[in-house]
Amino acid sequence: MTHLQDQRPEYTPPSESGPDAPAGRDDSEALCEQVARAQAERATLRIVGGNTKAFYGRRVETAQALSTTGHHGIVHYDPVELVATVRAGTRLRDLERALADNGQRLAFEPPHFGDDATVGGMVAAGISGPRRPWAGAVRDFVLGVRIITSDGKQLRFGGEVMKNVAGYDLSRLMVGAQGTLGVLTEVSFKVLPTPHAHACLRLELPLTEALERLTAWGREPMPITGAAHDGEALHLRLEGGEGSVSATRQRLGGETEDSRFWSQLRELQLPFFDGAFDNDAHVLWRLSLPALARTPALEGDWLIDWAGAQRWLKSAEGCGFEDEPRADAHIHEAAIAAGGHATRFTPDANGASPFTPLPPVLAKYHRQLKQRLDPQAIFNPGRLYAEW
Amino acid sequence: MELLYDERIDGEIATVDKSGLMAAIMAVAPRLTLLDREEDLRPFECDGLSAYRVLPMLVAMPTTLAEVEALMRVCYEHAVPVVTRGAGTGLSGGALPLEKGVLLVMSRFNKILSVDADARLARVQPGVRNLAISEAAAPHGLYYAPDPSSQIACSIGGNVAENAGGVHCLKYGLTVHNVLSVEIVTIEGERMTLGGESLDTPGYDLLALFMGSEGMLGVITEVTVRLLPKPEVARVLMACFDDVERAGKAVGDIIAAGCIPGGLEMMDNLAIRAAEDFVHAGYPVDAQAILLCELDGVESDVQADCERVRQLLETAGASQIRLARDDAERQLFWAGRKAAFPAVGRMSPDYYCIDGTIPRRELPRVLKGINDLSAQYGLRVANVFHAGDGNLHPLILFDANQPGELESTEALGGRILELCVDAGGSITGEHGVGREKLNQMCTQFAADEITLFHAVKSAFDERRLLNPGKNIPTLARCAEFGAMHVHHGELPHPELPRF
Repeated sequence: MTHLQDQRPEYTPPSESGPDAPAGRDDSEALCEQVARAQAERATLRIVGGNTKAFYGRRVETAQALSTTGHHGIVHYDPVELVATVRAGTRLRDLERALADNGQRLAFEPPHFGDDATVGGMVAAGISGPRRPWAGAVRDFVLGVRIITSDGKQLRFGGEVMKNVAGYDLSRLMVGAQGTLGVLTEVSFKVLPTPHAHACLRLELPLTEALERLTAWGREPMPITGAAHDGEALHLRLEGGEGSVSATRQRLGGETEDSRFWSQLRELQLPFFDGAFDNDAHVLWRLSLPALARTPALEGDWLIDWAGAQRWLKSAEGCGFEDEPRADAHIHEAAIAAGGHATRFTPDANGASPFTPLPPVLAKYHRQLKQRLDPQAIFNPGRLYAEW
Repeated sequence: MELLYDERIDGEIATVDKSGLMAAIMAVAPRLTLLDREEDLRPFECDGLSAYRVLPMLVAMPTTLAEVEALMRVCYEHAVPVVTRGAGTGLSGGALPLEKGVLLVMSRFNKILSVDADARLARVQPGVRNLAISEAAAPHGLYYAPDPSSQIACSIGGNVAENAGGVHCLKYGLTVHNVLSVEIVTIEGERMTLGGESLDTPGYDLLALFMGSEGMLGVITEVTVRLLPKPEVARVLMACFDDVERAGKAVGDIIAAGCIPGGLEMMDNLAIRAAEDFVHAGYPVDAQAILLCELDGVESDVQADCERVRQLLETAGASQIRLARDDAERQLFWAGRKAAFPAVGRMSPDYYCIDGTIPRRELPRVLKGINDLSAQYGLRVANVFHAGDGNLHPLILFDANQPGELESTEALGGRILELCVDAGGSITGEHGVGREKLNQMCTQFAADEITLFHAVKSAFDERRLLNPGKNIPTLARCAEFGAMHVHHGELPHPELPRF
């Protein structure tokens, strides 16, 4: 059945957006064929976009690559609708530039981790940036997807409307599933206007006091959209109308700082993260905890983001090769005890899952869901957890 | 449309001996309230879609988690379907009972377990009313944002099951954006937690999957919601238009200018007249459309936004623009909108509410299409519209006592939903599919997509015992009823056998 939205002409950027804005290309037929062939040959597929987030998750061994980068372009973007529909292989920066040209943005501030980051990879990884506690996560802005299923068919779920409760929400289920349930080929996002005013502040405060103040401020309508503590100072970002931003800035004091702090934090490029992906010196962990949770008693350096809900740990524990599994389990347990979970960001040489193990009942339903949607385990087998 | 469960096309259901089942339940949950006499079952025969009624075999009203688990285990063993019901305010028949099933009524799970002002969250049982959460949070200056119009009565468990919306969705999101975690009892009687107090959890986003799943994947036994600080001020602008299309365009202009209003609602002339007659909100009855635009936040920002929006509305050709003088007038402006459904109800013996969504740019075309259909079927339609997020609520006025009028109303409703799907929208924005819109699902989704929905269902409920016959139609149903209306000269699902 053809919907009107399929008959709409494809988005064309205004001519001034420069010569390197590439024309769109629909490669979905070839992608479907590759999946169907893999199913027939009982092969497995490693789904790859820009390959910037390969470190995130277990390595997928012995699989042939399925590249989405040939399937790119903005399909629809009408700023008035606050919706952009994009092919998975589109470079994230191309989408962000088109939005910025219209005074809009992806409010969840996704990290790129490299120039070649694609929209599909960003959604599959499901990682949100510093604005997450205030604006929402990747999944909060996904309105619809197209996916290729394990039998090589391209299907559509959700759509380009803000509200849609017809059928199960398979669009949001795909966010963070890392391609283990299907190949993302197209995503529709809710986009938002960039606020009129912003300010970035640095307040010299010890961590405990900073967290106490953030808790109090959280109970007031304040235009905070970033709150991180680097061990020395609290970094705050304000975004909103001119009136509220300037009033809040005066009220909070502190010194003004460059907004680059926030892009460097998002991309894990602050000095704190130096050498984080090199296994010799230390291991980088992300702990996702209730914002008010006490910091677990783990050795290492901490950087606190998301007003306490995301804590980065640079740990020397487990760098010695044979200690690794025990050290990892220790950190997962500490995160669970604090009410959250941990993710190992520094790739693990032993192939263990970087993600906290699931409790038994949840694990059972994860396995069954994977089994029903990808019965032959074609897609990224073992990417999240070794068993499936 | 035939709304009652039809085993021929909706799937077979085992016939179980009622007294044997009751004995099995009582053996494991001796204190569980079970109702089985007709006069006790009668109050549960329908939900908010009251045109359709079925008496369940049994009603179970648990008060403890252990009772829910025990009940589920027995039903699983005996292959008895379970329909979960919250406050029974749903508008799509999602809690319509099954003659051969147990109706699990969660209304006794009605405690607010905790309100944590520092963490800005509330832990509540599923039977707690939506508004009661905001009331409990109010002393801390906090509130729960999603506000479906039934918020006085509807329960949070039902809100999660339907992914309920409200008039503030564009800015503050739906239920899915405001719930941190849910506790689930599975059909096999196991407990699991989806989501958590951290902002994400490892593995798949099952929390998102369960939102709006209409009781088909598990039973919700606890919900943790996010609370927000109350906005400092809220102002409402009312703009009148001589022309619906111009009002629709003004909505786009406001959003294009970078404003995200707290609420942005539109009503057409018939709805305006009904509301004004009922509530005396001060609406101009000769206007073809009015827009209500609420701007909320910090005082200085709201002032600037009000000025910006006022200019946009003027440029868009509004014939009259009024800013509510004070909070009392603001409430009055909203009272008309919030009473629009009952107001329309006064103009006609019955009305039928539709819940389609469309991309906003399609509004003029869809409204024209609704007008044409209204004339064709000889039934009046009043339009109330969550304009900010493209959610239309056409209200079809009819008289169920006139032979054939309910049937033509259903047919007209179906045609309006198809118009929405055709415009790139959806058959339901916030009321859910339930039993009501099963056939229209066949219009919105292709057979392969429906097959994948069934695959998801089977991962959590292989025996199809949780709320069977709702939300996702069988392919047999699509083959039989999905073909009611021919699309672009093609039958939907031509690949399926027809019988």
